[in-house]
Amino acid sequence: MTSVAIRPEELRDHIAQALGALARSVTLARGEVTVVVAADQYLQAMQLLRDAPTCRFEQLIDLCGLDYSAYADRVNEGPRYAVVSHLLSVSLNQRVRVRVFCPQDDMPVVASVTGLWASAAWFEREAFDLFGIVFEGHNDLRRILTDYGFIGHPFRKDFPLSGHVEMRYDADQRRVMYEPVSIEPREITPRIIREENYGGLH
Amino acid sequence: MAEIKNYSLNLGPQHPAAHGVLRLVLELDGEVVQRADPHIGLLHRGTEKLAEHKTFLQSLPYMDRLDYVSMMCNEHAYCLAIEKLLGIEVPLRAQYIRVMFSEITRLLNHLMWLGSHGNDCGSSTILIYTFREREDLFDMYEAVSGARMHAAYFRPGGVYRDLPDSMPQHQESRIRSAKAVQERNANRQGSLLDFIEDFTRRFPGYVDEYETLLTDNRIWKQRTVGIGVVTPERALNLGMTGPMLRGSGIAWDLRKTQPYEVYDRVDFDIPLGKTGDCYDRYLVRVQEMRESNRIIKQCVDWLRANPGPVITDNHKVAPPARDRMKFGMEDLIHHFKLFSEGFHVPEGEAYAAVEHPKGEFGIYLVSDGANKPYRMKIRAPGFAHLATMDEMARGHMLADVIAIIGTMDIVFGEIDR
Repeated sequence: MTSVAIRPEELRDHIAQALGALARSVTLARGEVTVVVAADQYLQAMQLLRDAPTCRFEQLIDLCGLDYSAYADRVNEGPRYAVVSHLLSVSLNQRVRVRVFCPQDDMPVVASVTGLWASAAWFEREAFDLFGIVFEGHNDLRRILTDYGFIGHPFRKDFPLSGHVEMRYDADQRRVMYEPVSIEPREITPRIIREENYGGLH
Repeated sequence: MAEIKNYSLNLGPQHPAAHGVLRLVLELDGEVVQRADPHIGLLHRGTEKLAEHKTFLQSLPYMDRLDYVSMMCNEHAYCLAIEKLLGIEVPLRAQYIRVMFSEITRLLNHLMWLGSHGNDCGSSTILIYTFREREDLFDMYEAVSGARMHAAYFRPGGVYRDLPDSMPQHQESRIRSAKAVQERNANRQGSLLDFIEDFTRRFPGYVDEYETLLTDNRIWKQRTVGIGVVTPERALNLGMTGPMLRGSGIAWDLRKTQPYEVYDRVDFDIPLGKTGDCYDRYLVRVQEMRESNRIIKQCVDWLRANPGPVITDNHKVAPPARDRMKFGMEDLIHHFKLFSEGFHVPEGEAYAAVEHPKGEFGIYLVSDGANKPYRMKIRAPGFAHLATMDEMARGHMLADVIAIIGTMDIVFGEIDR
């Protein structure tokens, strides 16, 4: 199991101290520190995490979008989209996870961190492509993984697994055709959440 | 004199040096690259979305197909993430087996990289050499999992089964006489561990052969020295990990700095580069192969002396032994539940990273308590590396772009996911 050199409790206190009022919450679970920040203070908090002497997170290891709309099969009351980044400090050997919720569900926008970490550029393009989260200040926000001319954001929970269109080559017209999907969506193993202590597990 | 304008060149996706399906749009001024714009996603299969619709165990074989030249390392990160969420312990013997096969996988990956990178830069011989050794490594994969490549051998809670006591043998055929077959089977008479140990004895000699071919080779040096130089500061900011980071002289290896499994019990060194060019990254990876060989040897010695269970006895996560299933009602129920509904992972989130041959490979799992992940994000090292293409290739000649693609060790299975 991944263990980190610095004690996680210490790291949590350091981060809470460095961020002060900028952090909505700093929690520790399974040896991992998670920080939740507000969207309007996101950039400021990220800058502090990179530059504060007790943090010094020089690397943005990962950044991804998250759609909470189907979480635990509940109706989601809070904001729907979040951006989660994982930072790594090579000099202090520590990690942190930063979560920021997008304030608006119909037009999710957060600030871009490409000015702080160059590695964010493609990760943000990916989150834009797959979730439709717009990163303000990103100077090249294009689709990255999906096809040229793709419509929709495939990793949103309301996007079907089979997609909306399928593609075939038409020999008569001698070109690639897009048509509505012909396959029925099916689920072989249903998704189940059991009640507490079901079967004595956990 | 005619006016010379910049022009665009489309490299790939059907190009042998594009390592799969890279489409690279280059803006050139004569032969000098002004801008490089990689277009990716031609191999996008939506692995992360598929995983949301499959149980945790059903998604495991998809991991092999991410970075399809270092299969078990992908599984490793996935299993670590699940184990972190479940909070289960893995038996020590399974940890050693995992470390041993992670290092075998590292050899597989680096041999593939060395062969194809060498081939791109003008030495076809090296490709033939490295593929010779890969064959032996695939035999190890096959002996333990039944599959040469897509093993699905690491499972949450341990590994699928213990190491076999015998190796599959080559058979006599119309094109191979009994005598030739006997020679080929000479090191396959004992157990898998004997075969691996024999390999670790032979392998340093093979690495010497590669180095004789390349390290002081004038053409090789002309193609790689001073190409794609990355300073340590930029390497960090660009999110580089693994040999790309170590080539720039930063001593960062998760196996040392954040040890998982039994990496803190084995003895090995981390090679470092100095200038951060393609040649240094070549030296780092070649030395890494020697270090991996050392780790494999140590694991073989430990595994010989210490028998034991290889998967957790928590049957809510791992199935009971097949023979017990035939007699015990409880075991039958466990088996049925595991392979129909699958196990449930407690609500929460975890990020587990391994030192993958290409860099830091991480799995970020969000579970809401169901039998399927709510969200799985794969942090692929190659994705961050390919993103640096523009910065690394700018100002270089067109031919150097090929060397830079090679040095990044990119595989589209993991980049496009």
